[in-house]
Amino acid sequence: MASLQGYVDHRVLLILQDGRAIVGIMAGYDQKSNVVLSDSKERVYSMDEGVEEIPLGLYLVKGDQIVLIGELDENADQAVDLSSIRAEPLPPIRY
Amino acid sequence: MLIFSVFKTLTDQQVTVELKNDLSITGTLKSVDQFLNIRLDNIKVLDEARHPHMMAVKNCFIRGSVVRYVQLPPSGVDTQLLEDATRREHVSQAKR
Repeated sequence: MASLQGYVDHRVLLILQDGRAIVGIMAGYDQKSNVVLSDSKERVYSMDEGVEEIPLGLYLVKGDQIVLIGELDENADQAVDLSSIRAEPLPPIRY
Repeated sequence: MLIFSVFKTLTDQQVTVELKNDLSITGTLKSVDQFLNIRLDNIKVLDEARHPHMMAVKNCFIRGSVVRYVQLPPSGVDTQLLEDATRREHVSQAKR
């Protein structure tokens, strides 16, 4: 089973179908891979300025909106200087 | 169901998953479930310069519904066996 169990209480990166990237601590999930994130922030990527972090707080993300859930390596993530990163936002999912 | 079984035999192999947002991720296949959701370890994003979003991500869970392709190691698949199995499954489904 490709379960989300190992991610609970870890900092994760969520990529959504519309291309948004949200980081937060996974508080819980269910069978439909709906996910609750605590202390979540959206990371907005652009070519003109560094990554902007927008605080969102407690978020429930519907499973069908989720593309990918990645476990963040805290040390590696903190080592990254977000303000220096210029990148196109991820494209939305196209069926 | 057959493809689910095929993926189960491929665990611990190196695969590349192409998503429907054109992101390609290589990693070790850790597990699959009945929705073909995929767990990958030791991931690497192809064209990392364009997609730095996942720099600090080491393992991930990919939703089955957003997968476009999975590139498999040729050594991991017995195509003859798979061909026979798909035909057998087709016959058994046609009977029902």
